Amino acid sequence: MMLFDRIKMLRAKGVIGMNFRNIELIGRYNDRSKYPLVDNKLITKRIAKEAGIAVTELYGKIEWQSQLARLHEMLAPYDSFVIKPVHGSGGKGIVVITHREDDLFIRANGTSMTLTDIHTHITNILSGLYSLGGRYDIAIIEKMVEFDPVFQNYSYEGVPDVRLIVYKGYPMMAMMRCPTHESNGKANLHQGAVGVGIDIATGKAINAVQHNHPVTVHPNTKHDFSGLQIPHWEEILKIGAKCYDMTGLGYLGADIVFDRNVGPLLLELNARPGLAIQIANNKGEYHRVKRIDQEKQERNAEERAAFCINVLSKV
Amino acid sequence: MSSRFQVMVIAFMLAAIGLFIVWYKAAFLNIPLTPHEKKDYFTISAEVSFTGDNAPAEITMALPAPQEGVKIISQESESGDFGFTISQTEEGERAVWSKRNIEGKQKIFYKITVSPEAFYSYSPDSGVNAGLSQNYNVDTGTIFALWDEVERAAVSSLIDTVRVHSSGPLTFAAQLIDQLNKEAPSDSVKLLLNMKNEDKISLIMKILMHEKINVRKVRGIYLKDRQKGRTLTEMFEVQTDEGWKLFDYEKGHVYKPKDLFVWQRGNDALFTAKGVSKPRLRFSIIQTQVPVISTIQQNIYGSSEFLNFSLFTLPASQQNAFKQILLIPMGVLIVVILRILVGIRTMGTFMPVLFSLAFIQTSLLNGLVMFFVIVFSGLFIRFYLSRLRLLLVARISAVIIVVIAIMSLMSIISYKLGITQVLSVTFFPMIILSWTIERMSILWEEEGGREVFVQGSGSLIVAVLAYFVMMNEYAAYLFFSFPELLLVILAVIILIGRYTGYRVSELLRFAPLGRS
Repeated sequence: MMLFDRIKMLRAKGVIGMNFRNIELIGRYNDRSKYPLVDNKLITKRIAKEAGIAVTELYGKIEWQSQLARLHEMLAPYDSFVIKPVHGSGGKGIVVITHREDDLFIRANGTSMTLTDIHTHITNILSGLYSLGGRYDIAIIEKMVEFDPVFQNYSYEGVPDVRLIVYKGYPMMAMMRCPTHESNGKANLHQGAVGVGIDIATGKAINAVQHNHPVTVHPNTKHDFSGLQIPHWEEILKIGAKCYDMTGLGYLGADIVFDRNVGPLLLELNARPGLAIQIANNKGEYHRVKRIDQEKQERNAEERAAFCINVLSKV
Repeated sequence: MSSRFQVMVIAFMLAAIGLFIVWYKAAFLNIPLTPHEKKDYFTISAEVSFTGDNAPAEITMALPAPQEGVKIISQESESGDFGFTISQTEEGERAVWSKRNIEGKQKIFYKITVSPEAFYSYSPDSGVNAGLSQNYNVDTGTIFALWDEVERAAVSSLIDTVRVHSSGPLTFAAQLIDQLNKEAPSDSVKLLLNMKNEDKISLIMKILMHEKINVRKVRGIYLKDRQKGRTLTEMFEVQTDEGWKLFDYEKGHVYKPKDLFVWQRGNDALFTAKGVSKPRLRFSIIQTQVPVISTIQQNIYGSSEFLNFSLFTLPASQQNAFKQILLIPMGVLIVVILRILVGIRTMGTFMPVLFSLAFIQTSLLNGLVMFFVIVFSGLFIRFYLSRLRLLLVARISAVIIVVIAIMSLMSIISYKLGITQVLSVTFFPMIILSWTIERMSILWEEEGGREVFVQGSGSLIVAVLAYFVMMNEYAAYLFFSFPELLLVILAVIILIGRYTGYRVSELLRFAPLGRS
C-alpha cells in the first residue's frame, strides 16, 4: 500500500514526526523548569553573556504601561532598533526599524510607523498578545543586527539566521533561514522563508527548500544557494554546543545571526524547535540522535563541536 | 519499569475495568446495550364475576408472592366501590373485597404486571413461606374416610406398589404419577380413576398426604400474549431434603417452566366468595413491550446496590445535564485523534468541542450559518476596533459585547421574519466566540489569511466531526447508561498520548524527503 511505503521511506531517511519530537526528545530531555531560560529573552541574554556568548545589545526594556510616556526619549538616541516581546515565539511581535525619515520610523519591509503606532504595538506586547499563553509581557528594545554582507545575496528585507539543532550538547543539524519578500522579512519557513540545509562538517549549503519544495536560487535575489558558505563555522558550532551547557536543555534550537561588526551573535533559543530543518537538509534527525545516544563519554563544548564535524556529519 | 510500559499497564487496566463493568451491567443487571431494546411486560388480570344476593359479601383471592425469574412490576385492584384490603395469611397475601349490600352482576379486577427476567432473584421472605412446611400434621386416618372398602383396598395396594419402587418423597411422588398415567393401568388404579367424587388431582394429593409427604398445590399461568378466559394451571410441589420440587400431574417431576408465573402456592382455596352466587374467576393476559431504558429510569431497579449508585438515581434535570456532560469525552477523543494521529491544526485545543456542543443545541446547518455570520461580522468590527488602539483586555471585552449585540440583532430580525431556528443562537458560548474572533484577526495580521483559513477550517472540521459523534444516539445512550466507558476512553487517550509515529499530515509534509 502506498501509505505504508511512504512511512517506510520516511523511516529509512530517519525523519522524525511531531509526536516523536514531543515525547522522546522534548518530553524526555527538556525539563520544564528550565523553559524560562529560553522563553524569556532577558534571561537568555543574561546567561549567554555569563557563558561568554555574544548577544545583541539591549537598549532598554518596557515593563509597565506608564513607562510608555517616556518612549520618545527612550528611542531618541537610536536611528535603528528592534522591538521584541520578551516571551514571544516564532518571530511574533518583532518590529525592525532600519532608519527614520522625519517623524516616521521605517520598517525593514519598507512600510512606515508613527510613534503612536509603535506605542500601540508595545501596548499589545505588554498585554500579552504575542506571548505564550497570553500572559503579561515585557517589551525589549535592542540593537538592530547589521548583517554580514556575505549574506547580502541570500536575504531580502530581513536578517538571515542559522538555526542549529543541539541534541545533548551536540549541534547535530543546521540550516540557514533566508527571509524572502513573501515571508515579510521574517526567517520563518512556514511563512515562505527559504530553508538552506547546511553541511555540519563544512558549513556549506547542501540543499534549499521553500514551502517544502526544492529551490536552487533565492526567489527575490535570484542568487544561487550552491555557493553559500557560512563563515566562522567551527565557532558557530561551539556557540551551539555551549548553549546546552548554559541551559541544560537536551533538545534545543539555537538561532545565530551574523553582525558585520561583532560577528556571530546568539539571537534566541527555542525549547521546541520545529522539524522543517529535516526537509531543508533532505535528511532526518533520527539516525544522528541514535548516534549521539551511543556516546557515553563526557566532553566539553569544543570536543562536542569537533565530534560533530568529524563523526556526526557522516551519519 | 519504563514509563512506556507503565502507560501500557495503566491503559490496559483502565480498559479492562471499564469493559468488565459494562459487561456485568449488561449481562446481570439487564441494562441494554442499545437505546431501543425492549422488554416484555405481561399484564395479568384476574376477573372475578358474580351475582349479588342483596346480602353482605366478602370475596377473597390469593395473591402472587415474589418469585425467581419473574419480576412483579406493579399490581392494583379495580373493584369500584368494594372495600379492598390485603390480608396476611400463613400462605401469603390474600386480597379481600367486601361490601355490605350488592345486587346484580358484578365484576372485580385485579391486575398485575410482571416481566420475565432470567437473572432476577429475590431472597425469600421467611415470614411468608415458612408457615407452609409446618402445617401438614394431617390426620392420616381421616383422609380416606368417605371411601368404601374396595376403594380403600385399591389405594392401599397402589401405595404398596409405589412404596416398593421408591426411595423417598421425590421418587414416591414420581412413581405415583407414573402408575396413575400408565397406558395399561393396574386394576386398582383403574378403580381409583373411575371414582365419581375424586379426580386424579385430589387423589394424588390425598395419597401423598397419607404418606406424610409434605405437599402443596401450585397454581400458575403461562405468560403468553392474548390469553382470555383462562383458569390457572394446577401443579403441586413435594418437599424433599433439597427443598420443594415441582410436579406436573401428567408428566411427573418437572423443573419450573420458564414462562410460568406462579399465582399461588399452598393448599388454601384460590378464591372464596361469601354472600354471592355464581362466583367465577378467570384470567387474561396482555403482552406489551416497554423500552428498557424507561424501566431503568423508573428506578424499579432499586434492588441492585450497583444501580443505586448510578446516574439514573439523579433528579431528572441533573440527568439531562449529565447526558450532555458525558458527551464531552467523545468530543475530546475526536480532538485527540485528529490532532495527534491526523495532525489537523485547530484554533485553540478544545474550542472545537465547545462549538460542537453549541451545534448540538442549534442543529448543525443553522449552527454553521450562524457561526459564519457572527464570526465574519465580528472580524469586521474587530478590524475597526484595532484602529482605535485599545488595550487587549478592553478590546476583547468590546468584541464580547459586539458579539452579544450581533446575536440579539440576529434573533430579533429572524424572529420578525419568522425564522425561529435562529433564536437558538444563544447557545453559542459568547466568550469563546469573541476569543476566536480575536485570535483569527491576530492570526490574519501575523501569518496572513491562509493560516486563518487552515486553522479555521481545521477547527470547523473537528467541530463537525465531534458533532456527529456526539449526536450519535447510540453513543449518547451508551455513555449515559455505562459511564464506566469513560475509563475505556481514558485508556485510549493515554495510549494515543504515547504515540511517537508520524501524523497523517506529516506524510504529506515530509513527502519531499521520501522521494530523493
